[in-house]
Amino acid sequence: MKKEEIPQDPSALGRHTKEVCYAVDSSGKYVTELSTGWEVKVTALDVAWQDIQLRLETAKQKVLKGEASPLLYFMELKLMDTAILSAYTGFWQWRIKRHLKPAIFQKLSPKALEKYAEVFEVSVENLKKMKANAD
Amino acid sequence: MQIDYKHIQAAHCENGVTTSLLKHIGVNQISEPLAFGIGSGLFFVYIPLLKINNGPAIAFRTMPGLIFKRTCASLGIPVIRKKFSSKENAEKALLACLKDGQPVGCQVGVYYLSYFPKEYRFHFNAHNLIVYGQEEDNYLISDPIMENVSTLTTYELERVRFAKGALAPRGQLYYPKEARVVTDEHVRKAIKTGIKRNVRDMLRIPGNIAGVRGIKYTGEKIKNWRDKLGLQKAGIYLAQLVRMQEEIGTGGGGFRFIYGAFLQEAHAYHPNDQLLEISKKFTKSGDLWRSAAVQAAGIYKGRLSSQADFNKMGDFLLEISDIEKDAFQDLSKIKWH
Repeated sequence: MKKEEIPQDPSALGRHTKEVCYAVDSSGKYVTELSTGWEVKVTALDVAWQDIQLRLETAKQKVLKGEASPLLYFMELKLMDTAILSAYTGFWQWRIKRHLKPAIFQKLSPKALEKYAEVFEVSVENLKKMKANAD
Repeated sequence: MQIDYKHIQAAHCENGVTTSLLKHIGVNQISEPLAFGIGSGLFFVYIPLLKINNGPAIAFRTMPGLIFKRTCASLGIPVIRKKFSSKENAEKALLACLKDGQPVGCQVGVYYLSYFPKEYRFHFNAHNLIVYGQEEDNYLISDPIMENVSTLTTYELERVRFAKGALAPRGQLYYPKEARVVTDEHVRKAIKTGIKRNVRDMLRIPGNIAGVRGIKYTGEKIKNWRDKLGLQKAGIYLAQLVRMQEEIGTGGGGFRFIYGAFLQEAHAYHPNDQLLEISKKFTKSGDLWRSAAVQAAGIYKGRLSSQADFNKMGDFLLEISDIEKDAFQDLSKIKWH
């Protein structure tokens, strides 16, 4: 990449910081230059977030239809799979998988509900109602 | 409490932390490309079956932690690295270092890293930053990928140091144990070791998923993604490839440009003009990675969708594999003095 070809497109990161890129100058020597972003990777990140939004909406519908407990919605919201949620809550993954079933979620102890609510940063009441905090 | 410390911005976090910590103890020769090259940072691996954020697991650099470890070892600098099971002990150890005037490298997760833009906050646990002081309830943070220094509250720092999941940092901190005199002769030897090790990692790892063969393998796989995954999922996979290649502080072209810069800097220590010629091959490779990213973007934006477009995408990687194979074979044949 030539120094003058370093893209300077607007990006989410560009609002916080410019990033260091390596490129060659006219004599072929490597130099560094700051970049505000590159449209190609801005859209790559957009694609990732669109996928997350889609998964979140799918999860919401599943919970509303009674096919999954609200845990599924909050897991998608917090980008967690059962392995990550297990690490943050201390529950075994097989238990979390059981808790994803609405009937079993209904019978969860207050202590378990509090643990989930804490990790998802919501109140127990909102956890049950699938209501996320606005942020 | 603040240490006399100079923030240095880098393309990549671990290169940056390594460079800053070494400069702090007086290793003036060190630069980001030298740290990256001596640490044999260039790599490629695609692990099929393993999923990261619901996409393919692809890396363009070596395992987290190795660059610091290898670079310090090659320069003859002993290193301290500690993990903690208790948050209290983790903070005590950090404060003790700061009291001694020692800036500290920390491995952290980015999901709860408050000064990062929300769009970048995934459960990725191998980010690196330096803590260089404390003011009231704030820790002073030098994050190498940021232009300027930042701060984190005690709680925020504890939270990112004890992020959970894959590669959980467990409060990990690291720094050079003591200053040692590093001569140009040390650097010369370290460069040679770094290049040889990188040749091994890119050419000689058995199997077909790592090194230059891994690039070829991925190129062949990509050609099947349209049929196997469907257009939408294939787009998500390609977007993830581009993010790994360009987004995580790679300096562009999946670290290939940094490696090109390293070979130019290596030339100052080993005046063998072949190094400059091989550097050009890495520039070519990085440029091709960028062209491949443009092609990928055409697909994930929905502008390109035919099998021919996927074939062209895969062919980019086959060509890159050949160029890098050639470049590393050239490096393996260099006569060192």
